[in-house]
Amino acid sequence: MNDTVVRSGGPTATDRFLWALADGWTITRRDLVHWTRQPGQLVVGLLFPVAMVLMFGFLFGGAMTVPGGGDYREFLMPGMFAMAMVFGVGETVTAVSGDAARGVTDRFRSMPMAPSAVVVGRCAADMLRSAITLALLVACGLLVGWQWHGTPGGAAAGIGLLLLLRFALVWVGVYVGLAVRGEGAVTAVHTLEFPLGFLSNAFVATASMPLWLGAVADWNPLSSTVAATRELFGNPGWGGESWIAQNAVLMAVVWPLAITAVFFPLCVRRFRALGG
Amino acid sequence: MDTTGYAVTAHGLGKRYGRSWALRGFDLEVPTGSVCGLLGPNGAGKTTAVRVLTTLLRADEGTARVAGHDVAAEGDAVRRSIGLVGQNAAVDEVLSGRQNLEMFGRLYHLGARRAAARADELLERFRLADTGRKPVSAYSGGMRRRLDLAASMILSPPVLFLDEPTVGLDPRGRNEVWSAVRALVEGDTTVLLTTQYLEEADQLADRISVVDSGRVIAEGTPEELKSRLGGDRLDVVLHDDAALDGAADLVGRVVGARPGTEADTRRISVGVTDRVAALTEVARALEEHGIAVEDLALRRPTLDEVFLHLTGGGDGRDERDERVEESR
Repeated sequence: MNDTVVRSGGPTATDRFLWALADGWTITRRDLVHWTRQPGQLVVGLLFPVAMVLMFGFLFGGAMTVPGGGDYREFLMPGMFAMAMVFGVGETVTAVSGDAARGVTDRFRSMPMAPSAVVVGRCAADMLRSAITLALLVACGLLVGWQWHGTPGGAAAGIGLLLLLRFALVWVGVYVGLAVRGEGAVTAVHTLEFPLGFLSNAFVATASMPLWLGAVADWNPLSSTVAATRELFGNPGWGGESWIAQNAVLMAVVWPLAITAVFFPLCVRRFRALGG
Repeated sequence: MDTTGYAVTAHGLGKRYGRSWALRGFDLEVPTGSVCGLLGPNGAGKTTAVRVLTTLLRADEGTARVAGHDVAAEGDAVRRSIGLVGQNAAVDEVLSGRQNLEMFGRLYHLGARRAAARADELLERFRLADTGRKPVSAYSGGMRRRLDLAASMILSPPVLFLDEPTVGLDPRGRNEVWSAVRALVEGDTTVLLTTQYLEEADQLADRISVVDSGRVIAEGTPEELKSRLGGDRLDVVLHDDAALDGAADLVGRVVGARPGTEADTRRISVGVTDRVAALTEVARALEEHGIAVEDLALRRPTLDEVFLHLTGGGDGRDERDERVEESR
């Protein structure tokens, strides 16, 4: 009874497309089931950025000054939103490298499922998780006194830019997860998240840094997303002398697209290389 | 479907990693419905062969057909006809056994309801029904392997590949897996299994292909292979190492073959064809010459001995294997 699929001749293009969608959803669903089976891990993962907000907002916040004046927590929240998108990469790398190491990826590859489903499903699950994290952080921000002052359209655009950054970072995570074997990959990525985050305008204005360091931080893709989000939310601390700081919204679109353009093909190549 | 009577055929397969060949001139024919054991040491090319035959890896040379489909040109059709149990239990640790089987069932496009029904059937068949709802992380090694086997049998594929199915298991887990594999073989499933253990090939396989340096160097039933080696081995362990050389000459004269000796263990080892007669004659001769014996036993040849015999001794194989392993 199970062989109907096998013997009914080749599947049509429509079948293939529907299967690819169904397979991608099956892989995404696997992550959702993980959450229900390990609610503790999900909660800890979600509470980490909240703890960061409280730490920076209240512990360090008193010592921080916002360029041009303004409330530090108003300044901080867009930075925290973007940081949460960066921290998501660790989840992607952990999932991808774990599956490769345990042979789960090989099992998928030995099955007649859509080859795209593994990455499409991964991407969907990670985006969903990041969207939940972002929703929680927005709620947390509102509680600590942050709010958006712009138009609803502007706010939606800000959220969109944050998720666009996360989308680009999915491909970085998939690539690293496939390229580097073992636990080392996960540790390396977690270690890199912090310097990437601090060497940006997420927590402090780049104008307060030494000139050369400020320039590096301005060109950090994270800074463009943070500055663009501040601008769209009407939060303080955006703009600046440099060209890149003045064109934050443009660069918050260009950077993620550029990252995707580089890393998506790299992921496809890595995936093919598994078949060496 | 296959019309040749062979579920798996490979001709001149070659796979290169850098400058060393993991497979070269690899030929294999597995009759439909039989169990073929690929026997060889680590790095001999067994896993590479399985990965090529299961479409995970593209060969640099040669052709192969599985269930009548070309592995290079008809990958999708091959993947619909095979199950693969790799060296790791390739299942999700967080999900329960049942959730794993349901997920793989959906990915085989059974649909939600049939995937669930099939999961229950397979849990029952592989004696995992009691623990089906527990997370896999709580399973023993043998249970994981059985779940892995169950996942490979979702479509009841005509050809099943088992890559070292019992590596890393304790004796109990190994026995569990062996009986699960035997139960599968009673159906029409063709099985290709790789192993480093002669005993495992002996237990499960109808025919054994011995693999070394990336190709099949000998092929036959377990009995044929063992008789090519001169049958079983007779081991004599002496009480006193001073008598070793004299006793070895004596054993050699009685059995009619040149024995090997190991001074540090005071052991004399020789191939015998006429098992019981050789045992009694050697025992009598040693007693007549007043040589004190600590142990005297018949045993099957070890894999090392099979290899030494078939390859004619050391050829720097280990060194090359390590390089191949590293380059993966």
